Amino acid sequence: MSTRIATGGRLLNKSNAVSFSFNGKQLRGFEGDTLASALLANDQMLVGRSFKYHRPRGIVAAGPEEPNALVNLGQGDRFEPNQRATTTELFDGLQSESQNHWPSLEFDVGAINKHLSRFLPAGFYYKMFIHPRPFWKHVYEPIIRHSAGLGKAPKDLDGDTYEHFHAFCDVLVIGGGVAGLEAARTAALSGAKVIVLEQTAHWGGRAPVDGGTVDGTPVGAFVDTLVEELSTMENVTLRTRVMGAGVYDHGYVLGYERLTDHAPKTAGPRHRLWRIRAGHIVTATGAIERPLSFSGNDIPGVMLAASVRDYLVNYGVSVGDRTVVVTNNDDAYRTAIALTEAGLTVPAILDARVLPQDSALMARAKDLGIRVMMGHAVARVTGGKRVTGVEVCSQSGEGAVLETFPCDAVAMSGGWSPVVHLWSHCGGKLTWDTAGAMFRPDVNNPPLGADGHGFVTAAGAAAGFFALDDILHDAHAAADGVATTLGFKLPADAVSPNADRQEEAPLAPVWMMPQGANVKLREKTFLDYQNDVKVSDVRLAAQEGFVSVEHAKRYTTLGMATDQGKLSNINGLATLAGAMDADIPAVGTTTFRPPYHPISMGSIAGEARGDVFQPIRRTPLHDWHETNGADWEPVGHWRRPYAYPRKGESTHDAVMREVTNTRSKLGMLDASTLGKIIVKGPDAGRFLDMLYTNMMSSLKPGKCRYGLMCSENGFLIDDGVVARIDEETFLCHTTTGGAESIHQHMEEWLQTEWWDFNVYTANVTEQYAQIAVVGPNARTCLEKLGGMDLSKEALAFMEWADGTLGGFKCRVYRISFSGELSYEIAVDAGQGQAFWDALMVAGNDLGVMPYGTECLHILRAEKGFIMIGDETDGTVIPQDLGLNWAISKKKDDYLGKRAQQRTHMADPTRWKLVGLETTDGSTLPDGAYAVGEGENENGQRNMIGRVTSTYHSPTLGKGIAMGLVLNGPDRMGEVLDFPGTDGKTYQAKIVDPVFYDKEGAKQNV
Amino acid sequence: MLTLTCPNCGITAEETEFHAGGEAHLKRFGPGSSDTEFEQYLFMRDNPKGVHFERWRHVYGCGKWFHAARDTMTLEVFGTYTAQTSTVPQDIINKIMDRRPDWQASTAP
Amino acid sequence: MSEAVSALKAAEFTGGIAEVTLMDPIGMISVRGDLTAAYMKKALKKAVGLGLPDTRSVQINGDRGVAWMSPDELLLLCPYDQVSDTIDMLTKCFGSNHTLAVNVSDARAVFRISGAHSRDVLAKLAPVDLSPATFTPGMIRRTRLAQVPAAFWIEEGDSFRLVCFRSVALYVYDLLKIAAQPGSAPVFYSAKP
Repeated sequence: MSTRIATGGRLLNKSNAVSFSFNGKQLRGFEGDTLASALLANDQMLVGRSFKYHRPRGIVAAGPEEPNALVNLGQGDRFEPNQRATTTELFDGLQSESQNHWPSLEFDVGAINKHLSRFLPAGFYYKMFIHPRPFWKHVYEPIIRHSAGLGKAPKDLDGDTYEHFHAFCDVLVIGGGVAGLEAARTAALSGAKVIVLEQTAHWGGRAPVDGGTVDGTPVGAFVDTLVEELSTMENVTLRTRVMGAGVYDHGYVLGYERLTDHAPKTAGPRHRLWRIRAGHIVTATGAIERPLSFSGNDIPGVMLAASVRDYLVNYGVSVGDRTVVVTNNDDAYRTAIALTEAGLTVPAILDARVLPQDSALMARAKDLGIRVMMGHAVARVTGGKRVTGVEVCSQSGEGAVLETFPCDAVAMSGGWSPVVHLWSHCGGKLTWDTAGAMFRPDVNNPPLGADGHGFVTAAGAAAGFFALDDILHDAHAAADGVATTLGFKLPADAVSPNADRQEEAPLAPVWMMPQGANVKLREKTFLDYQNDVKVSDVRLAAQEGFVSVEHAKRYTTLGMATDQGKLSNINGLATLAGAMDADIPAVGTTTFRPPYHPISMGSIAGEARGDVFQPIRRTPLHDWHETNGADWEPVGHWRRPYAYPRKGESTHDAVMREVTNTRSKLGMLDASTLGKIIVKGPDAGRFLDMLYTNMMSSLKPGKCRYGLMCSENGFLIDDGVVARIDEETFLCHTTTGGAESIHQHMEEWLQTEWWDFNVYTANVTEQYAQIAVVGPNARTCLEKLGGMDLSKEALAFMEWADGTLGGFKCRVYRISFSGELSYEIAVDAGQGQAFWDALMVAGNDLGVMPYGTECLHILRAEKGFIMIGDETDGTVIPQDLGLNWAISKKKDDYLGKRAQQRTHMADPTRWKLVGLETTDGSTLPDGAYAVGEGENENGQRNMIGRVTSTYHSPTLGKGIAMGLVLNGPDRMGEVLDFPGTDGKTYQAKIVDPVFYDKEGAKQNV
Repeated sequence: MLTLTCPNCGITAEETEFHAGGEAHLKRFGPGSSDTEFEQYLFMRDNPKGVHFERWRHVYGCGKWFHAARDTMTLEVFGTYTAQTSTVPQDIINKIMDRRPDWQASTAP
Repeated sequence: MSEAVSALKAAEFTGGIAEVTLMDPIGMISVRGDLTAAYMKKALKKAVGLGLPDTRSVQINGDRGVAWMSPDELLLLCPYDQVSDTIDMLTKCFGSNHTLAVNVSDARAVFRISGAHSRDVLAKLAPVDLSPATFTPGMIRRTRLAQVPAAFWIEEGDSFRLVCFRSVALYVYDLLKIAAQPGSAPVFYSAKP
């Protein structure tokens, strides 16, 4: 059984016992435990079921490489699935559940899949579920979805908050092991500003577990001293619980900080995503031990040898009473020695190598009385939910059992792989190290930065150095080099520490155990624990022609689970290479992509959720609209009132009321969102002549003119009223959505094409609250406020004037988007609410009502005025809309002119704007298409037009619409068919788009 | 995510503060130009693997446009320079030649 | 005329790692022209009593100030009720030269972010190196705050002034409150404890 022992546990605070639950069972651990170590201390070796075959699975590792121990954590708005027990720090009250089983972890119906595994080989889904086609959507997918997947999806809104943080430094060190700390010290002594990120809560990495002495001091004490020294340096920032998640272009790094996962009652955000820009990055990310490929290597109790040692030393947990060690290298001997010294039993070390003489570690193991069996291997591990024994064979054979050891744990080591992920994220290349049987960073091909030089340097084990002395020297030299590149200088007295050296015997690559394992053994030999990919699957993929490593990966799903193949990739590649009889470097690796380890969605969103998911732009009158019951319509980031329904009134009825009231009495609209851009300078007229299709330079000061703007591609992009303020100054109104884009459009042409024009622009949209006062009573209302002569003679249609109304300094534009007598009045935004209030009072006995955007739309549609975004969609030119009157014939050039001369633009068969009136008074569906004779080549009805705007007009008591129709203006009176999506076909007559007051009698009073 | 230095205000900022504006040094063709000229101007763009001249706007900063000479493959930035020029300045060409001796300077606008 | 109303009703956040306060409206004038010309120097002297600020710098003289915005743009600061007079004075100094001076006071909202962690709070939202050695008094930085444009400078000590567009004042206030929530100090730009 696995249990807590009396000794060891350097990371534990044994004076603080904490309680937690696993599958509803109350268990106890200590402060400093991970969930994994606490589960093992409680003999909970079985922690989950595998993804495909639902095989019982136990904890394999002690760090982020763990493939099996995924749990659901927390409850309610703190629930989160797929959390790794090995990276989850224990806290009092932690609640966890195992995943991927039904009805229970101990008894799982899905486990029947393991008996069907012969029928579920690689590519099974692709082969099986392809026919008959409709079955995928209706039969296969629903069932597969039900049985697949890991944890449950959270049901509640996330109760935590998250944030981003931008940090800058000269040297970013990722990894707080001895290499990272020494690199940081060296860079910092050179004068660089240094940040060190460590993903766990502890400094020193593996070194304190693996042991050794540095300049005569035990490595644990050396680490403590180093951290102490660094924490006093002004130019060093040390951060634990921050994982280097990804390395991106130009020295950009994401760091994932877990602030409260270990202490959920703490105030503040749960995760912080560090967005770091570094002059140079040192990846001191260590190495990950590889499993060995033997039959039954996934049975709970089979663990990585170094992890067995971690649990013993760091957490005082013995994973088994009798542990067989199996290895192809010296490092696993440390585990055997540590276990034996802790009083536990190691029946044998099975070492696949055959060596001429013993190394120091071997000699030490033998001295302790451990039986070392060279050239031997695991033929098969026996057991179901727990290891019961190991059958031993010769590594060179086919698996004939020579001897059997009863045991309850197996510690395996297939060698070490440097963590090259961060080096590789941004294009760093790898090289195959034959001696170490590993890929390590190719120092000649680093990722390149903004200056074209490498910006990442790997150090220590991440660079392929494993002896403590080598690690320290490499880290020191790497950081010295980095600092020098950045222009810093290491003081001459700052030298690398030296560690004692212990020569180790070389590793022998072992990719299959035993070498000649038969199919039966290979079918129980797992490469990827999380996705249940076996040696036999990879061989099958190769056999079926998936010989590219990227294809084999996708076909077998090797390395595609949430652990991204941290344990399985190299073994998988080697297996693929073996099956193809190729060299491993020739097969290559799959692409390493960020993040290194899954990060929370919340951390990616940062603050951007809820009220601040995106900016909401508010006009100066926003609060009034809200208080007065506005139904909101999003227009870009603005919120504009759609209508103001009264108590008991439907929104539609409110809109009808607003239209009727504005036509008959007085309406008020918040028009503040309309863009207002000042264009000033000696060349302002010339510039606007290029921007608008109309002639603007001929506009007289005091007058307004409606103008159209096109893109260089000829398409209509914006419209609005231009007022000439003085000889050199124009004020251009744009659409609500166009304020920023048209201002940028102007600046782009001024800065990048016509930089010789003397023109300045200023976007003053938000300086003003602009209120449209509309309707027969508009003038009377304003006259009640008093201060300006607004008579027809003093301020005619399409004129503007500055003055005061009711004591408010304002600018009055007599313009109309409704066909009514109408004034748009701009006051400083800070005066907007007070001015609106004054207007409401003045209009009180004149029948004033506010109106919203839908009323505005109906009013303009009744008049046949186009709306950018309704009548235009980026493919419509002004000529399509009957706006030729607004296109100057006198100008040689304007943006879009040349484009509009192209044959397709001048084609007489372009659809043109007309009015549409249903024969029965109903309202046409928005976006409906008119169908004509015949069918197109796809057997669809030929289309001859479409509805661009459609409303019920309370003024006319019927449905009115505008649309673009083939030869429309020549087909007045013709009735077209518009099939709706509701099964009905609507009939509408082609009419003039101006439905109401064509003479303009109402606005020109 | 790139970093660029705006030559107008001198700030080195990350890409989120800028807006990319496509290929630089296009010659505008208006009324009177042939269909081919207009098509070339409006639609046809170089898409080199390697040295590229492009337009950027410091949209969240000084608001000004500028030009950048950049390697589309390695993302190396050779330099940034004023938007008010229709040709690549010599010092930028020198910087590119320094880093890419095989590059044909004659292909620069 | 009524009392000018700022973008939000009283907005003050305390109890977090920094204090956030919406300021009363201040006068702001956007000026464009040839910044190196003699007329500009004269106008600045008369209008705000200051010289031309260096690139990306801000100069403050009591309740007046001038900030460099771009190679041809300045932002002048003055008391809210003196904007018209100041613009008149500028216009007089500019004469017939090609320039632009417009009132943008109401188009903006101004916040103060103060307290030991003000730099940390801003750095959560803006992609800017806010270390005391890099971002120093007298500098102005135009950048983005999460998803909207903003500009800020150091008022004094650990107190920042931040200017954004009026329409997004509530968004910016909400952002700053979240960034300043209790227990959220990264303790990176603020001095080590």
